[in-house]
Amino acid sequence: MGVEQTLGHIPALRRYARLLTGDATRADDLVQDTLERACVKWSLWKPGSALCSWLLTLMHNLYVNQQRDWRHDDGHAELDDAPEPTHEPLSQAGERMELMQALAALPPPMREVLLLVTVEEYTYAEAAKILDVPVGTVMSRLHRARERLRELMIDPAQATRTAPLQLVKR
Amino acid sequence: MNEPSDRVSDDELHALVDGQLDAGRVPSVLAWLQANPDDAARVVQWQAQRLQLRQIARAMDVGDSPQALAGVVLRAAGAVRRRQTWQQAVAAVLLVAVGVTGGWFWGQRESSPASPAMAASPSFVREAVLAHAVFVPEKRHPVEVAASDEAHLVQWLSRRLGSPLKVPSLADHGYRLLGGRLLPGDGAPRAQFMYENEQGVRVTLFVAVFGPGQAPAQTSFRSMRDGARESFYWVEDRFGYALSAESSSADIQALARHVYAQLAR
Repeated sequence: MGVEQTLGHIPALRRYARLLTGDATRADDLVQDTLERACVKWSLWKPGSALCSWLLTLMHNLYVNQQRDWRHDDGHAELDDAPEPTHEPLSQAGERMELMQALAALPPPMREVLLLVTVEEYTYAEAAKILDVPVGTVMSRLHRARERLRELMIDPAQATRTAPLQLVKR
Repeated sequence: MNEPSDRVSDDELHALVDGQLDAGRVPSVLAWLQANPDDAARVVQWQAQRLQLRQIARAMDVGDSPQALAGVVLRAAGAVRRRQTWQQAVAAVLLVAVGVTGGWFWGQRESSPASPAMAASPSFVREAVLAHAVFVPEKRHPVEVAASDEAHLVQWLSRRLGSPLKVPSLADHGYRLLGGRLLPGDGAPRAQFMYENEQGVRVTLFVAVFGPGQAPAQTSFRSMRDGARESFYWVEDRFGYALSAESSSADIQALARHVYAQLAR
């Protein structure tokens, strides 16, 4: 089997990208870029190693480049778009939207670590490898992500306050 | 009072939440949490975040994957195949030249006698197999255009492939047409028609239209089995057809005969 092996990972990549970007279109664009990169770099993948984490590594690099291209705010205040409403039943949407909004308000490096560790269930060492940072960095980002989410969930208004609204404040 | 050695770090608290704490440390960390309600409260909240995020991810409906995504891979797989010869890429595929082993084939053309050297199937068959594997399991969008709009489906795909297509009926075998979709091929668009029987078993017919001089030479009826899936394929004039299903060779063969007969008319 060659690069076709990536086909089976598309649903997982899309889900991850959706959580990462908070936007369906951006997510699929990111997945498409990732797959294209995977095809080009296929010979670099070591058979037997985890394909999904390799794909996530590619996605991470692309995502970081996008962040760099799109905004030059040296990463402290992420002015991310609020997540697009998903097609979920309304009854569950409220609480989820709150957490999704809080997630979107996190700086991308924190969001990545949080998703890799909690949703994708990578070990700290694996997450460090995917993101190409030391484990200590993973731990400190994870800590900051969780503490920030805690604050945001206690006071959800903060999540929107960090968004462009700030720009129009006198 | 806690001795410095008993001090539990934030890292360990996270590891507890994420199930990554060394089993030997669990009792100490739990004891620490009992003695430190503030930390215990944080850990409980982190845990709640974790569960909620996982719940969101599980429940998140990202819909069926746009075909463009699989298309990226399928196109590249085609390019790789051209470079490597795909027998190497798919070592386990069992190729059967039915004309030789099955004792039957039709429409053998003088121009292309069956020979073992042709055991490698043309690239469109490989595309057909992949497209079958990708779209047959689709629950909500197995096809792009449904059979209810058959006239439009045929017209659209004919236009895109640049040649009038026929959609054979498999009703005699209990399969109804679900519809079809347009797919990227090796330098040209391809069409896939999908059929389904009462038991929900699906069969796909993949159609390639080749440009002048680009059609694979072989035209005899052949089959290629890949695990449970088998594809019967043949090339006629500028058309390449591959009928794929997860079924017995005899069943697929019967279906392929039926398709062949209708298309040849």
